[in-house]
Parts: sequence; C-alpha cells; structure tokens
Amino acid sequence: MVGEAAPAVEAEGLTLSYGERKALDGVSLRVPRGEIFALLGPNGGGKTTLFRILSTSLPPDSGSLRIDGLDAARERREVRRRLGVVFQAPSLDRKLSVLENLSCQGRLYGLSGREIASRSRELLEALRLSDRASDLVETLSGGLARRAEIAKALLHRPPVLLLDEPSTGLDPGARKDLRELLARLSGEGTAVLLTTHLFEEAEAADRIGLLDHGRLVGLGTPAELKSAVGGDVIAVATSGPEEAAALAREVRERFGADAGKVGSVDASVRLERKEAHAFVPRLVEAFPGRFRSLTIGEPTLEDAFVDLTGHGFREREEIHW
Amino acid sequence: MTAALTLARREIVRFLRQPSRVVGAIAPPLLMWLLIGSGFRGSFRAPGEAAGGYVAYFYPGTVVLVILFASIFATISVIEDRREGFLQAVLVAPVAPHQIVLGKVLGGAVLGLLQGGVLLLFVPVLGLPWSARDLLFTVGVLALLSLSLTALGFSFAWSLESTQGFHAVMNLFLIPMWLLSGAFFPVHGAPLWMRLVMAINPLTYGVAALRRTLTPEGAAGAPGMGVALALTAGFAVVMLLVATAVVAARPGGPSRRRGRKP
Repeated sequence: MVGEAAPAVEAEGLTLSYGERKALDGVSLRVPRGEIFALLGPNGGGKTTLFRILSTSLPPDSGSLRIDGLDAARERREVRRRLGVVFQAPSLDRKLSVLENLSCQGRLYGLSGREIASRSRELLEALRLSDRASDLVETLSGGLARRAEIAKALLHRPPVLLLDEPSTGLDPGARKDLRELLARLSGEGTAVLLTTHLFEEAEAADRIGLLDHGRLVGLGTPAELKSAVGGDVIAVATSGPEEAAALAREVRERFGADAGKVGSVDASVRLERKEAHAFVPRLVEAFPGRFRSLTIGEPTLEDAFVDLTGHGFREREEIHW
Repeated sequence: MTAALTLARREIVRFLRQPSRVVGAIAPPLLMWLLIGSGFRGSFRAPGEAAGGYVAYFYPGTVVLVILFASIFATISVIEDRREGFLQAVLVAPVAPHQIVLGKVLGGAVLGLLQGGVLLLFVPVLGLPWSARDLLFTVGVLALLSLSLTALGFSFAWSLESTQGFHAVMNLFLIPMWLLSGAFFPVHGAPLWMRLVMAINPLTYGVAALRRTLTPEGAAGAPGMGVALALTAGFAVVMLLVATAVVAARPGGPSRRRGRKP
C-alpha cells in the first residue's frame, strides 16, 4: 500500500518497557504528508522513547510502525531512506568540516557525488551556512551547528523529518528561522514530526499529541485541544499549597456549580468557567486579602494539558479538583 | 561498500587532524624498544644472536606493539563516536551492520599499517636482511595483523560505555596477549604452561611470520612460516566475523541495552 494514500507516519499500539517501567503504553498516531505534528509532554513523558522508535533506533516491544506505507520492522532499510532524523544531541563529526559531514552523510544514504554537491549547496544556501561550509564543525557556534545538523538530515530529501527537541540551544531568532524552515518543508509535502516540551513551539504545529506517562492523552489541533477546556481559566496565586487547597474548597462551598470547575495546583487555585470575566468581581469580593494575584485568560495548551492529565506540566504538581 | 569506504576514510581524516594521536601511537613503543632492547643487550642472549642482539630480536615485536597500540586507539574512537553522537546518525542510516564494522576496521587497519610501516624504516639501520620481496611480504603480514587487532578491539569497544573500561581490557587482555606472543621472549625458553598459552595465542603466529622474514636468526622454536601465515589470516577472518556478530547482536551498543521482563 505504498502511494499517496498511505500516511507518512502510522504508528499502532507502540509499547516499550525499560525493565519494570513502561515508557510507552500503546501509542497510536497518524501523520499525513505535509503536516507539522508536535509531540508535547513533560520530560519523562515518553517523548524521547517514542522518538527513538520512530527513528528506528529502537524496536518497540509491541505495536507496529509504518513510514510511507512501509513496515519499519520488515523493510527497515527502505524506511530509513525515507526518514530524516535530527537528534537532540549533536551527531556531526566535530573534526570534519560542514561539507565533509554532508558528504559523509550523503554516501551513507547512497547519493552520488554530484547529487551530494548540488544538494549541499542548495541546503547550505537555504540555511545560510554557505560561508561556513569549509569550516570544521568544532569552530561553529551552537546555533550554526544545529543548522548544519538539520542540513545533514535533509540531504537525501526525506519525505518524513523527525526532530527531537529541535529548538534546544537556539536563540529566539534561530527558533523563528527554524519555524519558517519547517513551514516551508511542510508546504513542499514533507511530514514534520517534532518533540518538544515548549508550549509555544507546539502552538505552531498543525496538530499536537499530548504525551504523559507513556500515553497519548490528547490529540488534535492546538485550537481543538484548548477548546476542550470548559471556558476561560482563572488562576489565583495564594501563599502556599495548603492555602490553595483550602481556598478551592471554600470557593466550591460558597459558589457551588456557579464557580465552574475548581481545583488547586501547587500554590494556586484554578477555575474553568464560561464568561469568567463576569465572575471575577464576585470571587474577589468574597475572599478579600486571600489572593496574591489573579489572572484570567483563554485556555492555553498548558491548561489543556492540566485538564487532560489532572496534574501540572512541570515537576509533580497534582491537581486537586 | 561505499558506506564502509566512507566511514574508513573519515577515520583516516580524523586521525590526521589529531597529531597527538600519531605521536601517541608511535613514540611509546619506539621508546620501549630502544630502552628495553639496549638494556637487555648484555644480559639477554637472543637465539642466533647474529645481527643486532636483543635490539634486533625485539624489533618484530615492537612493530606488532605499534600496530596493537594503533588498533586500540582506532577502536577507542567507537566509544568516542558514540559519546559525541556521530554514531547515532550512522545507526539510523540505511547501512548494514557489517558495513559499519568494515568501515571502522578498515580505517583502523590502514592507520595501524601506516604506523607499523613507519617502523620499517629502521630495517636498514639494523642491518637486517632486506629485499623487495621481504618488504612486500612484511607489509602483507602487518596488514593482516592490523585487521585482526582492530576487529578485536572493535568487538570489545562496541559494548563499552567508557574509554576507562577499554583501558582495563587493554591492560588485562591485549598487553598480556602481546607479551605472550614471542614478541618479548622466545617460546622455547618459557615454562610449559606459558608455552601452551603462547601456542593458542593467535598473535604468536603473526609475530612468528614477521620474525621469520625480518630476523630469521631469532626464529628458532617459533612456528613455521606456513602455519604462521595460515593462522594469521584465519585470525583476521574470525575477528571480522566476531565484530560483525557483536554489532548484529547489539545494534545499539551498550546504552540501548534494556531489561526485558522474563
């Protein structure tokens, strides 16, 4: 079933354990051509394990993976030709120049010398690296090396590009460049799948998969995920976790269902409610002096994550509804 | 084959860009040769003792030691490649495991041969027999030894996480293997158990082949040329197969090892 109809990435029930610990627990997802798909989740959520399986570095314990309609277990070589992989840790040889690195990569992917030369020129131009082409990688700054890394992954024109935390170590300007580059690639039909723990980076994706404790807990466009949160979000900062829990209880007692969904995460109280702006004055008047600050806003991806998982994104913030 | 040659070429380019490695591989054995060879000159009577005394006797062993060091340094680079990240990209490239082995081992073997070859410049100085045929033959044996030792080192290095671990392997295994190869002292004077160990040590045959060509006077008691050559070639083939099997069994190396539930 190779052809236009096959999705670029098709994972079914991917599961993997490290000893007793289940790092991935039945993850299924499909990424069509031309889509930018972000795997968003806290560190330890299973992103890196999933990335390693998708990149064929690691076979899953069970489940299947198809790239461009080809089975990754049975047609590994062909699958690998279709994948461009940008690892989180650098993979360039620091003792070689940028061009030498590209040439080495090209040979490993079976490109001819002529293809390598023209493709390298094209990519270095696009990534604004042309003037550093002959410099040893060890002389490049982190941002430039990252760009060279991306050029290396794109050399063989892979229909699927995988990037593990691609904006690590990039300054804001370089992040913007990267976003533009990925948008251009997806416009040309490349499926781009990236992992990230940054909400703003995921926000730019066409679709997001929320990964928590090895499970895909949410899947959809950024707007869809956010709209799943019941209305606006009011966050009230208090003096500490106990105070937050107590206050949440009092809010519930006082307003009942009128307060919407009330919970506490760490030192703050969270309310999800439609028309939150109308409710805020009543809330403030009911508990004078108990708030350190209050913010109100449309739900963010972080809110969606908290809503779906029942805990905060950072550390081990349990939410108590 | 392109992939293997690409990786081999990279190995050589990297080496030439790190001059300290060149010095590190050639200088210590050379120094050892001169100091030990000169020091033993009076007290140690090498068999035959025609030309050059112990300095000459010790010479083939020194060449082998240079090759051993070169191979060790070349294969330590597997561990570095893994740590520095280069290997992770190679491991997801559409390349068969044996190509990776062949690339690494060929690159390392060329380096070993080059460094061993530098020592051949001492042949005329020592007044050892020298003919074009002998030289060609010697280079052939050195090539086989370089291949075997690099593949041997690679097989160890593939599953090791740190270069410290490799030093342990080197001191406990590779150096004794060299000491008990007839490079340092002849087989026939050794106690029986040691002679047995020397007989099953594949390196013994490489040293013997070199000694029979370079310093035939000192070759008394060493294995004959036919056996020496056959076993040296066999050693190379076996080690290449072992290295390939190690990679196939553990494609991800040490870090990807993970406990599976029974």
